[in-house]
Amino acid sequence: MVWEVFKKPTKWPIMRSRILKEIDELIFGSLGIIIFIAFFIGGVVTIQTALNLNSPFLPKSLIGFATRQSVILEFAPTFTSIIMAGKVGSYITSSIGTMRVTEQIDALEVMGVNSLNYLVFPKIIAMFMYPFAVAIAMYVGILGGWVAAVFGGYAPSGEFIKGLQLDFESFHVTYAFIKTLVFAFVIATVPSYHGFYMRGGALEVGKASTTSFVWTSVIIIILNYILTQLMLG
Amino acid sequence: MIEVENVHKSFGDTHVLKGISTTFEDGKTNLVIGQSGSGKTVFLKCLLGLFEPEEGQICYNGQFYSELSNSERRDLRQEMGMVFQGSALFDSMTVEGNVMFPLDMFTKQSKAEMQDRVDFVLERVNLIDAHKKFPSEISGGMKKRVAIARAIVMNPKYLFCDEPNSGLDPKTAILIDNLIQEITKEYNITTIINTHDMNSVMEIGEKIIFLKDGFKEWEGTNKEIFKTDNEAVTNFVYSSELFKKVRQMYIEERN
Repeated sequence: MVWEVFKKPTKWPIMRSRILKEIDELIFGSLGIIIFIAFFIGGVVTIQTALNLNSPFLPKSLIGFATRQSVILEFAPTFTSIIMAGKVGSYITSSIGTMRVTEQIDALEVMGVNSLNYLVFPKIIAMFMYPFAVAIAMYVGILGGWVAAVFGGYAPSGEFIKGLQLDFESFHVTYAFIKTLVFAFVIATVPSYHGFYMRGGALEVGKASTTSFVWTSVIIIILNYILTQLMLG
Repeated sequence: MIEVENVHKSFGDTHVLKGISTTFEDGKTNLVIGQSGSGKTVFLKCLLGLFEPEEGQICYNGQFYSELSNSERRDLRQEMGMVFQGSALFDSMTVEGNVMFPLDMFTKQSKAEMQDRVDFVLERVNLIDAHKKFPSEISGGMKKRVAIARAIVMNPKYLFCDEPNSGLDPKTAILIDNLIQEITKEYNITTIINTHDMNSVMEIGEKIIFLKDGFKEWEGTNKEIFKTDNEAVTNFVYSSELFKKVRQMYIEERN
């Protein structure tokens, strides 16, 4: 399927408008939920870390340190990608699946349009913007942690910020963005595959959406393990 | 003109088309009839190039489809218009956007030229005030007319229609039939319609082929179909009481 996506490209002016539309729907349309989840996950990570650091010998700055590491390494890239597999992935499967069921894909093929390129390529390109959404999730997650730490009385602001700066390795951010790009490709292609090659009616569109979410999540989790082992192991 | 020679098509162990041969002439409305499961849709998809026959040839104005390169096949597809059973309009586009889509995709016309062409074809199918409406905002009959407009906007040589009357009331169905026939004559198109609507058979069936279990059982015109003694055809055509009475009257009149 992936090879077909890149063959016989659609006219650039049409493709450009489709890419912009997909960026709007897939990325900008998901920012609200990404920010909401990142903020509260950051807060919860901070509270749980603070509650587990009972010893008076451990500095409060460790709360900021643990929040930063958790949010940048795992929560922003992986947790957000699982959420996106549900939100964006099911949208992709159901929209392409509905086009299959209502013969709109056949209509494209009859006209001589490479339907895989027309439908899937703009989604893949749009998802290359996904690391920007994850960068926002990192920032908001840490902000959520700071709010929880300071206003919840778990750590003073200065200590939390000191922890954020402690032993910072820029490669961790690079690692997170490389993971994010791989996940973005998975989120764009796996649901597209399930939508494009589905058979049946409206009920099967729902089933295909569920199946695509399960497979996208499984693939993300397995790739997360492999990439972590390769890049940090 | 489309010439079909001994076309066979199977899916796994199921042999759907079993050696169909026929000719569809320019400027004529050709009907493919038969019961559900007789192979009509598979036959139409073979003609459209969506399915490749295992055996046999399909020839479009002297060009054998199997001998064409991929780019020649794409060029040929642009000479085809298709009206799908469920209209298959793009939900995210307006009526105007749907009709303009093939022009936008395959021509280098300016926006104004495309707009003129869209206005012309929409007027031709009697849709004047629906340009900015979405498919979800229009009736089934209007959707069919938009689908016809989209199919003819590129001036196709071949027009294919899969059950164009399904889900329509009898009056709208006749309007759609007449519209397809008028367009066929006006632009000298080779039109092939899959149907099991007997009104269509009587109204516009200049050439009819009857499929049964993947075979071509009978071939003729709408005048000949009432005189045929082929049992499978008469069982299909006169399955309703109304048509049985019509046939009885015809036989009595003839005697």
